[in-house]
Amino acid sequence: MAMLNKNFLSLNDMSRTLYDKLWDEHHVSKLDSGESLIYIDRHYLHEVTSPQAFEGLEQKNIKPWRLDANIATPDHNVPTVRGSSFSTDQINDEISKIQVVELDKNCNKFGIKQFDITSNNQGIVHVIGPELGYTIPGMTIVCGDSHTSTHGAFGCLAMGIGTSEVEHVLATQTLKISKLKNMNVVFSGKPMPGVTSKDIILYLIKKIGTAGGNGHAIEFSGDYIESISMESRMTICNMAIEAGAKVGLIAPDKTTIDYVKSHSFLDQDVMDFAINYWESLKSDANACFDKEISIDVSQIKPQVTWGTSPEMAIDFDGSIPAMSKSKNFLLAGSYMGVEEDQKLTDLQFDKVFIGSCTNSRIEDLREAAKVVLGKKVDATIKEAIVVPGSGAVKSEAESEGLDVIFKDAGFIWRDPGCSMCLGMNPDQLSPYERCASTSNRNFEGRQGNLGRTHLMSPAMAAYVAINGRVGNLL
Amino acid sequence: MNENNQNLIQGIVASIDRDNIDTDQIIPTEYLKSIKKSGFGEYLFDGWRYHDRGKLGMSSDQRDINSSFILNHDQYRYSSVLLTKDNFGCGSSREHAVWALRDFGFKAVIASSFGDIFYNNCFKNRVLPIILDKEIINELFNLYSNEPLNITIFLDKKIVDTGKNQIPFQVDNNLLERIIYGLDDVDITLKNKEIIKVFEQQRKKDKPWIYINE
Repeated sequence: MAMLNKNFLSLNDMSRTLYDKLWDEHHVSKLDSGESLIYIDRHYLHEVTSPQAFEGLEQKNIKPWRLDANIATPDHNVPTVRGSSFSTDQINDEISKIQVVELDKNCNKFGIKQFDITSNNQGIVHVIGPELGYTIPGMTIVCGDSHTSTHGAFGCLAMGIGTSEVEHVLATQTLKISKLKNMNVVFSGKPMPGVTSKDIILYLIKKIGTAGGNGHAIEFSGDYIESISMESRMTICNMAIEAGAKVGLIAPDKTTIDYVKSHSFLDQDVMDFAINYWESLKSDANACFDKEISIDVSQIKPQVTWGTSPEMAIDFDGSIPAMSKSKNFLLAGSYMGVEEDQKLTDLQFDKVFIGSCTNSRIEDLREAAKVVLGKKVDATIKEAIVVPGSGAVKSEAESEGLDVIFKDAGFIWRDPGCSMCLGMNPDQLSPYERCASTSNRNFEGRQGNLGRTHLMSPAMAAYVAINGRVGNLL
Repeated sequence: MNENNQNLIQGIVASIDRDNIDTDQIIPTEYLKSIKKSGFGEYLFDGWRYHDRGKLGMSSDQRDINSSFILNHDQYRYSSVLLTKDNFGCGSSREHAVWALRDFGFKAVIASSFGDIFYNNCFKNRVLPIILDKEIINELFNLYSNEPLNITIFLDKKIVDTGKNQIPFQVDNNLLERIIYGLDDVDITLKNKEIIKVFEQQRKKDKPWIYINE
């Protein structure tokens, strides 16, 4: 194997980026086709993108290569009003039910570990992976879901794949892929009060566009990144895909290792052995990136999207940009029911959604609860829901009394799932409803047919719930 | 030549003049509830093709059709090449987006760029994504956006032929072969089974914590 790796590394590869190192570490072989076989350490599965992959295995009469690489949970379709004794049979939407039943059947048949709908650990796959200790620094991680980039916050090479690749990983424990280019995004400075990692990543997407990271793995670095929690780092890596990059990465440091220690099922001696390696996972000082961008975060205001692409973000107190200069802007403005020069702060909202793999972790709920504490949801808001990302987040929030803060204010406190991020379950917008959402995509129809989504941080979404509009958090 | 081989794509070009068409537009989440790999063609671009909100299992004759949308025009109903702009297929990783394009009858998509995951997914399903410079894309829009015209794509020569111009395009040979021969990657990779096993044994020794589960 050493020889194969040596052949693969060229002579000028002495200084490497974190992505280069993870790539080399998992490089099984270079194929005649020019692609590489990359070994996959962890594979997360959910009910939407896996059934056709399992069917493929059955047709070929193949068993999964390594069962314990796989962890499954249903998240996209699950209702979020379940209570304590809910079972799959009780899903009202018959078509959704089939998909969740199918995941149960496939996991049982093939012997894959699943946190099913009755488990206290069920939740959004990208929330439960890290918190249950299955996401470990230095791993390659894939899942049939583009927000798999989330796990890059742990110094993992993590990316979303299609269903054919889900089948390929189940069958061969590898992916057949070509190497991406390297991009470094350096965030420096101290953000203004009220500005969160969600605002920072929305600002980046606005700057480089939703295709800005196409073909690249983005490493996020700089003193701002070093200063923030794992939850905040996950929010940033989660939305790398909204900047076009299927891989987002952050080098592991003390913050990472402390998080892993407190969530891991590994024994202390194994962990001590592993930590030496984890600490080596960083880009070399003179590593060469194909693209580099530096952003001073101290100048960034809270960001809110006005259109139908995550790149259509503006300062919360800004005005909708001129439409005439772009057909994309015209189409977006018309869909969203906004006009040029209109102030974002003048828009009246109908619904508030706090949740999704971007912003449903404990820190997000704490930030939102701080804004809500002692106040009431505005009479103009038809519905404000909080959907914790996992069973563990939900119970931690309840032990801190956050659920009571939300419920007292008039929010609905739900059970874990993807929920209104994409409305595969009953949590949807009605046509023309305007939603303050902590999710990741404001695409047409994403939260419900003709629904209007404005992406923002949990604190700003909470502010909208209380005031009916976006505004100054301070 | 094997009759399953596909060296030529020929047919009507349908164009959609937008950047950043995301996979939620190509196939909305409602239809991802299917556990099959086919049957998505009727829901392709659902939010633009119909005025009403559909459900999995509904056929287009039960729907409120948006007659102004290009794929609802009689002349474009059997289009086999889609022409569009920048960053087509961005967003969600859903392979259902490619299945929907394929089921409708599209064999190729021409754009100035594609979302990375979508681009990969195309090659698993014999839908050829072709990247051309923005200026050429604009010229193609001038040619194709007013009337239904044919295009011919020579896969082995990597040429798009409009009848007036022959435009070369770039694509990795190994990816192109997937389209031409309809190869299955799982079968191919399993020929390397022993190499993967050797790698895995070494990794178990070097990084044992990867292999420990609760």
